[in-house]
Amino acid sequence: MSNAFRLTRLLDRGAAIFLVLLGAFAIAMPALNLLVPASSPLHVSTYLVALFGKYICYAILALSIDLIWGYAGILSLGHGAFFALGGYAMGMYLMRQIGARGVYANPVLPDFMVFLNWHALPVYWYGFDWFPYAALMVVLAPGALAYVFGWFAFRSRVTGVYLSIITQAMTFALMLGFFRNNFGFGGNNGLTDFKDILGFNVQAETTRNALLVCSCIALALAFLVCRFIVTSKFGKVLVAIRDAESRARFLGYRVESYKLFVFVVSACMAGIAGALYVPQVGIINPGEFAPGNSIEAVIWVAVGGRGTLTGAVLGAILVNYAKTYFTSGILAPYWLFMLGALFIGVTLLLPRGIVGSIKYGLDRRADTRAAALEEDTRDDVAPVAAE
Amino acid sequence: MTEKATTSALLYLDGISVSFDGFKALNELSFVIEPGEMRAIIGPNGAGKTTMMDVVTGKTRPDEGDVFFAQGAYDLSKLDETEIAGLGIGRKFQKPTVFEMHTVEDNLLLALKNDRRVGATLLWTDSAEQDDRIDALLDMIRLGGVRSRIAGSLSHGQKQWLEIGMLLAQEPQLLLVDEPVAGMTDAETHQTAELLKDINRTRTVVVVEHDMTFVRELGVKVTCLHEGAVLAEGTIDQVSANERVVEVYLGR
Repeated sequence: MSNAFRLTRLLDRGAAIFLVLLGAFAIAMPALNLLVPASSPLHVSTYLVALFGKYICYAILALSIDLIWGYAGILSLGHGAFFALGGYAMGMYLMRQIGARGVYANPVLPDFMVFLNWHALPVYWYGFDWFPYAALMVVLAPGALAYVFGWFAFRSRVTGVYLSIITQAMTFALMLGFFRNNFGFGGNNGLTDFKDILGFNVQAETTRNALLVCSCIALALAFLVCRFIVTSKFGKVLVAIRDAESRARFLGYRVESYKLFVFVVSACMAGIAGALYVPQVGIINPGEFAPGNSIEAVIWVAVGGRGTLTGAVLGAILVNYAKTYFTSGILAPYWLFMLGALFIGVTLLLPRGIVGSIKYGLDRRADTRAAALEEDTRDDVAPVAAE
Repeated sequence: MTEKATTSALLYLDGISVSFDGFKALNELSFVIEPGEMRAIIGPNGAGKTTMMDVVTGKTRPDEGDVFFAQGAYDLSKLDETEIAGLGIGRKFQKPTVFEMHTVEDNLLLALKNDRRVGATLLWTDSAEQDDRIDALLDMIRLGGVRSRIAGSLSHGQKQWLEIGMLLAQEPQLLLVDEPVAGMTDAETHQTAELLKDINRTRTVVVVEHDMTFVRELGVKVTCLHEGAVLAEGTIDQVSANERVVEVYLGR
């Protein structure tokens, strides 16, 4: 009984449709790329596989933002920092896998360290040649930063635009730090020239397909974690905090603990997205910390519909597809204007976002139908009363 | 600290002063509320009624003075809102504040006395016992018919009741109710008076209100505040006959 209840709680119709579509996509893309011959019109190029792999990572980032913004009202304009930290953790693992195949053929030191005349591996690079450790760091590094940042911010009751501003400052500060050569993360060049991941060539078609499938699985899991959180009583408390924080406090809820928990979960999720992104794009550099990136991710969520998990995913994929499409043609110089116009347009004309508006419309229709039904029964009663 | 042991009062305020940028919102305010009592607090705008509630609920720290709860067992000036709510002090705001995007039922569910920690709410499951408690509350606040409506779509009066219901769901010892009948029709005002009297059978209630008809209907001891201190205290007839009260508040 309670298990069945939980399953229906986790998967409403929208969520089930989403997971089925995602599953179909994760099977179809590799099949059409690897099994269908290149001459066939159904063939999907490896370029598209890599491109969509990247979009799926963005979708996970969008989910993580939607979880805190849509449900807890925490507008982070620095979530790109957690994404980038996860990416750097993965990048460090990939760098160590290069081994002696680098330009300077140093079996231990990555090229940029040899170039800087470093003679030993910095302590914080230890262990990154071992995948499980790197995978742990992918989650732990963003999680720890979010915990420390959130602990101070939420305890001091920093909310609204002030919180958004300090998250911007956080990602900007990290960007400046990672740009420095003596930080030990490759300075402005970042980490690149990757060869292998878990023994497989990162450039290979099969690896690219595998990474796409892994990204889809990660997206599905992240989605389920988000669903579990938002459909629980914890999720109701989050929405309560979003809409009337002081009421929640006076009811006896420790608002800062709720915010901190969901903020850390969200940061870990963003870190995983970053880690899957890096092997697919082949580079991670401090540009990923740029404040603009974080703001763009917020726009994806706004377009798709904040407070609707599927909306965040849809928004990330749609806006990024548009970006790829428009930045590769004659309209390329105008992309940022289009993005700005999109944000203003959505805010003014479609404040609930795409999925939010559809949901609202469906709810409205259900309401009027229920009201009409009520009216019908009243009509049935009325003649009897008149007799 | 000697009064800690000696007071019989549920709520004990002694010499409370609070100032904001030089403005003295509370000026050595002292009064006590006995267990089981219902008290009406009146006074002109700026008399310090809401600041007094802020001090009791931990939103504002007093500059001076003592606030004790439960026969002096707890010093409220050292606790924060969440801890004070946990002790059993519920507060209704002046402007009805409910969770607008949640249903009436969920509003009550969130208010029900329960483990409020993160882990407990994450793993929470529905139970028949909680449903019964919610049903009983819905009956009491007369909102049974709108149980699954979104709270944001309720009328002003219904929101006031829902908020009172949320206070009750916490099972507090002391309810602080700020202007419960503001914006209500006469019939609703009457029903609210009945509801509060009903609640007072088992709980201590402090009501801040401007509506003198309503205060008269409650028929309880009245405290009139003025400029952050107690101006007069007694029955409604005694207080409304007081020269100073007439002068500063009721008008001639």
